[in-house]
Amino acid sequence: MITRLFRKNLQNYGPFLVLLLFILGLWEMLARIGVLPPFILPGPLSIGTALVENSKILFGLHLPATLQEVLLGYVLSVTCGTLLGLGMHTWRPLEKALYPFIIISQTIPLIALSPVFIMWFGYTLWSKVAVVFLTAFFPVVVGAYDGLQQKNHAYEDLLRTMGASTRQILLKTRIPLALPSYFSGLKLSMVYCVIGATIGEWLGGSKGLGYFSRRMAGNLQSKEMFAAVVLLSAMGVGLFLIIAMIEKIIFKKRGFHK
Amino acid sequence: MAVLFANLNFRPLYFRREMKGSFYRAKEVTRITEIISVHNLSYAYAKSADAPVLSDISLAVHQGEFVSLVGTSGCGKSTLFKIIAGLLEPSSGELRLHEISATAKRLGQVAYMPQQDLLLPWRTVLENCLLPWEIKRSRSKAEVTSQVIELLERLGLAGIENSFPHELSGGMRQRVAFLRTLITGGGLLLLDEPFGALDHMTKREMHSWLLEILDELDKTILFITHDLEEAVLLSDRIYLLPGRAGGSVEEILVDLPRPRHSKMNYEPRFIELRAELERKLYDNTAV
Repeated sequence: MITRLFRKNLQNYGPFLVLLLFILGLWEMLARIGVLPPFILPGPLSIGTALVENSKILFGLHLPATLQEVLLGYVLSVTCGTLLGLGMHTWRPLEKALYPFIIISQTIPLIALSPVFIMWFGYTLWSKVAVVFLTAFFPVVVGAYDGLQQKNHAYEDLLRTMGASTRQILLKTRIPLALPSYFSGLKLSMVYCVIGATIGEWLGGSKGLGYFSRRMAGNLQSKEMFAAVVLLSAMGVGLFLIIAMIEKIIFKKRGFHK
Repeated sequence: MAVLFANLNFRPLYFRREMKGSFYRAKEVTRITEIISVHNLSYAYAKSADAPVLSDISLAVHQGEFVSLVGTSGCGKSTLFKIIAGLLEPSSGELRLHEISATAKRLGQVAYMPQQDLLLPWRTVLENCLLPWEIKRSRSKAEVTSQVIELLERLGLAGIENSFPHELSGGMRQRVAFLRTLITGGGLLLLDEPFGALDHMTKREMHSWLLEILDELDKTILFITHDLEEAVLLSDRIYLLPGRAGGSVEEILVDLPRPRHSKMNYEPRFIELRAELERKLYDNTAV
């Protein structure tokens, strides 16, 4: 049983792990030979050491700060995004009026807006959450809205012959059919949240992994900077996997077979 | 008074129950009322300049009858079903369902089984069968659940209530869809090519099964099919719908005795009827 599980995982992740080890080895070798000075490209081992050396402030202060921004921004994005997607689906005029704005909101360069955010929210948590929200709500809206638009007319006709109301049709066919697209949006949004939080911290602040990596880069402390980036990336992967897992559990329970 | 008679619409009884022997004969020497009456009904898509899908269709279905609609592809059989079920409104002509009042909405009154089984893949068999109840909630859940379980047993599907549709074979899915149609309630079932997607052997199985339960069910059934043998085997009467070129509805009486069984298709009278049907269908399309 255990060996079978091991073999299955090896089959799934083996190639990835081999390539990762190879890249890390090559990287470490290049760093050791001294082709590049350590402040340009520190080796993986020294990054690891930096991670351990700074673990107290990284895990005690900066990681929780960033995580807080990400989670707050995500909850806001998912709530507003879902409501908007649902609203645009059920009421056409809302869609006509809002869709262009939603797209425009994605074309605004966030960096250009940063001074305004700082003016509005100061150097608080909320200026970062605002950036997170602006980057992360879009995939939720699109996932929810597009998912709901994929109607199955045959199911809907059948339900109507049973006497179903519009609300019942929405609940019993459209929403279940929208779930795969919605979850794609949720997963994308999670990744965008980490990016948004990092950018938000660059704009101004006193804690968070984005802030830390920028400060270290300014001091040419490359290995500390890379340590923060590794953590950011690990956090993104972890959060993404949590959403993917929830999706898998729900779909498995509901008989979706992909 | 005249209105009353129009509604009752006395017509001779020439179908299933009469042939079942003395038990029914005593009761049903009296004539039986129409369940569906269609008079000069036409339907055309609102924005289309093409010939109407249905023009001047008249037919009637009586209590307890099994009536098949046969016709070439595109002659509007499914459209007629959608009109009867209330999904579409006729462009002109009259349609009356005598179980419900003339002004009431037909949606939710007629049990309709479309061509594909349309079981919701994210619901178990039981949850799929509870769908009509969820929409109307006219009875208690426990009552409907026990009815579903009992029907599953009767349809030879005991123990599959917690399976998902993708775990079932085509024939089983079709039976579950049929069960769901029964749960929808009402005395009238519209079955739109329910066995059209099945292979020959499964289809034969489904015929035996349907013939077996038909008498117990006590439903009026309107049935669409492309399969002439199927039509002759199952029906009391067959209506031949005209093609788009026009023409009138033709009626064929299937005077085979009941109970029937799926091996009757080699009996002389059966072959005769099938040939007549085929000839009429051919004449119809050759116009």
